Amino acid sequence: MRDKKKDTSSFSSAEKIPRNKKGAAITKVQELVYELKVGDAMHKNMITASVDTSMRQLREILRSHRISGTPIMDGDKLVGIVSIEDFIKWLAEGGKDCSIREKMTKNVKTLYADEPLVHAVSKLEQMGFGRFPVLDRQSNKLVGVITKGDIIESLLRELEVDYHEEEIHRYRASHIFEDIIADKATLTFQYSVKAKDFSRAGEVSSALRKTLNRLGIHPNIVRRAAIASYEAEMNVVIYTDGGEIVMTVRPDKIQIDVKDSGPGIADIKKAFEPGYSTAPDWVRELGFGAGMGLCNIKKCSDETVLNSTVGKGTHLKVSINMNTAER
Amino acid sequence: MKLIRIKELLKADVLCLEECLDNEIKIACGSDLMSDVLAFIKPNALLLTGLTNSQVVRTAEMAEVSAICFVRGKTPDTNTIELAKERKIPLLTTKYSMYECCGRLYQNGLPACGIPK
Repeated sequence: MRDKKKDTSSFSSAEKIPRNKKGAAITKVQELVYELKVGDAMHKNMITASVDTSMRQLREILRSHRISGTPIMDGDKLVGIVSIEDFIKWLAEGGKDCSIREKMTKNVKTLYADEPLVHAVSKLEQMGFGRFPVLDRQSNKLVGVITKGDIIESLLRELEVDYHEEEIHRYRASHIFEDIIADKATLTFQYSVKAKDFSRAGEVSSALRKTLNRLGIHPNIVRRAAIASYEAEMNVVIYTDGGEIVMTVRPDKIQIDVKDSGPGIADIKKAFEPGYSTAPDWVRELGFGAGMGLCNIKKCSDETVLNSTVGKGTHLKVSINMNTAER
Repeated sequence: MKLIRIKELLKADVLCLEECLDNEIKIACGSDLMSDVLAFIKPNALLLTGLTNSQVVRTAEMAEVSAICFVRGKTPDTNTIELAKERKIPLLTTKYSMYECCGRLYQNGLPACGIPK
């Protein structure tokens, strides 16, 4: 009942993996067996048995855990390994109960956790074993066990991660701009902001932030745009009868236009002063209205233009240049 | 510092996203003024606050705050907790005061988010 040797052939050694037939996926696996370490693929919560265990007890251990072999420990020291093969040999010899010490394989072949996975793949193939105990190189202590199943699982896991990254990659706007053929391309996103709805305030900026992330914009730029937009959105929610936020994204910059229809700001210069606020108490109790909003917006942007007419409304224009990611 | 260590130091309860306790927190910031948080906080931070409305979570989302801990035994309403879950921001609550929390974390090596020049 030794693990079928055939199973490992496709992973036998990186050199042998057929490249031309299955193309990219196989090449990716090839890459991964070199990138990943034995420690990444092994399982850590392994079943071990003490050297004083009887062979009968071992039979129960193997059966109940549905495993075909286990490392044998003397205290915390690895002293041997028992495989199904040892077990069958014992049965063939009459199966008289004795301690594992007498029947185990003492010359244990091991791997180190920091070795590349490809070593495990080729050793499994060469020696035909089902499992290898894995040691920490410094302490020489047993830290895990690696089987063919572990290797396959770890490779599948890594491939899945790559697949997700690939999916996200597909959303990137940098590609949109690369793919679109035009002398000038601009993406426009429009959102409406409800007045005095404090529990939902911030939803627009949240959506705007997600959009920019999906477009693959640099995280620093996204952060600045999101904070500026959020402060502006809060102002619309707190002070006005509602308005809209329009974001335009171009290869060179993001512009956020925040418009409302009143009541307007009487003293624009004062509004930009840190700490100047006309916020009522209920707003301050919610953690806003301390007269920092416009300062924050200015801090986040490369250009801030505020136009306002009392009784008519306010138009705030915020620009962030794409080449200021490291600002 | 791992979030689980912060939980221990502040003897905090986890309100949501227990599975995120392994997250690495680099800095902390204590404030009840969300505009200040937006102005000064940096990514991978813990936000300590006495405010419990949903805007705290929104602010955390915009400022890329990694976790929020409510001080002095405060807990937000279920809508706020749901929002935090959705935005993958773990929430904690501790009985300690803001000052006590800051002291405990700073003493154990969790720095502030920058000292003004």
